[in-house]
Amino acid sequence: MISPVYGLVYILLAPVAGGIVAGIDRKITARMQGRVGPPLLQPFYDVGKLFEKENLIVTRSQNLYALSYLVFMLVSGALFYAGGDLLLVIFAFTLSHIFLVLGAYASSSPYSFIGAERELIQIIAYEPMIILSAVGMYMVTKSFFVSDIAATTIPIILYLPGIFIGFLMVLTIKLRKSPFDLSTSHHAHQEIVKGVTTEFTGPNLGKIEIAHWYETVFLFGFIFLFFAFSVPIALAAIVIAYLIEILIDNTFTRVKWQFTLRSAWIVAGMLGLVNLAVLYYLSGGIQS
Amino acid sequence: MTYLKRSPWIIHYDASSCNGCDIEVLACLTPMYDIERFGIVNTGNPKHADVFVVTGSINEQNKAVIKNIYDQIPNPKVVVAVGICATSGGVFRECYNVCGGIDKIIPVDVYVPGCAARPESIIDGIVKSLGILEEKRLKMKNPDTGQSSTVGRK
Repeated sequence: MISPVYGLVYILLAPVAGGIVAGIDRKITARMQGRVGPPLLQPFYDVGKLFEKENLIVTRSQNLYALSYLVFMLVSGALFYAGGDLLLVIFAFTLSHIFLVLGAYASSSPYSFIGAERELIQIIAYEPMIILSAVGMYMVTKSFFVSDIAATTIPIILYLPGIFIGFLMVLTIKLRKSPFDLSTSHHAHQEIVKGVTTEFTGPNLGKIEIAHWYETVFLFGFIFLFFAFSVPIALAAIVIAYLIEILIDNTFTRVKWQFTLRSAWIVAGMLGLVNLAVLYYLSGGIQS
Repeated sequence: MTYLKRSPWIIHYDASSCNGCDIEVLACLTPMYDIERFGIVNTGNPKHADVFVVTGSINEQNKAVIKNIYDQIPNPKVVVAVGICATSGGVFRECYNVCGGIDKIIPVDVYVPGCAARPESIIDGIVKSLGILEEKRLKMKNPDTGQSSTVGRK
């Protein structure tokens, strides 16, 4: 059953949760580096400040693209939490990132261009794995609807361990963490200035940041589905997965795009496809 | 409610500095001083920055660069001149290629003297500049009233 209430709750609460998660992330990162770190609510101060700043743009279309990125991220997340079709959710999710890339291409800046190209490479790298995750969940639960997958009592993680590991790798790309923070980063890699967000200022950058919070909470929901049979285990899995991401972020340096693409596809192929093949073999083909 | 004072992002430009002040600026980021406590982030992008930190003096080579970076920072913005060279040209003042301090090109809000400026005084200078940043924001918001009578300078 699709319930718009959960979608509405997501729209209202996801930025709050996402912002606090970002704050905890920065605090833990600082502690790992032996620093005190910013206040917990720092991400909210940052975004609040960005909306106080002047909106300096190169072309008007940047405003539209930044807004579209936020809106389509919201649509995909709300569809997901409302219990909609997983394939439609992934479609809207990809579309939102295409808007970000278009926004970066709209401004004639070389740094922005490099960022946009790298963002496209990242989309190419993670997309197969996310589709495979949806297909894997369909093979286990016989449904593409999030509401059905979330209501299942089957421990999906036991059927899809390979796909889950592949998904964790993709999570690193999606959360813009090292070593896969190619297109832009929250940290001080400055060789491409700020990559895809270079030419976005003030309110537009604020919208992109809020969209990133929505994205974080949406991805948490995706992790939840793997452990949907038990809510406490699912919440623990989300916390542990995120802590591992922070640790990886602080341990590795940024890698080249070739390595990102190759490793993401090799992991998707080795773990994802083999996982699906074993599942297919054991179940004796898909019964409808 | 003002967020600008809680989240100033800086861009640091080295204008013919001897690297003494630059090392001290970067020292502010280390665990010892950790300016991220105040929400200060060293961004490499003028379009995301609020505070323009310049070290070293102006010469013919970097005149246009400084002007360009300053113009790319969205309003409201402040300029902090770090070190005696950025303040007035320092010992290089009389050199044939040196024009003088940063204020010859762009308006400077806070001067942090010293050779090299200590991290403590750099942090103090940046925190002082936040009051001016807030004033500029109010001026930008209400251009008619001009003065920011509601908020006193710290």
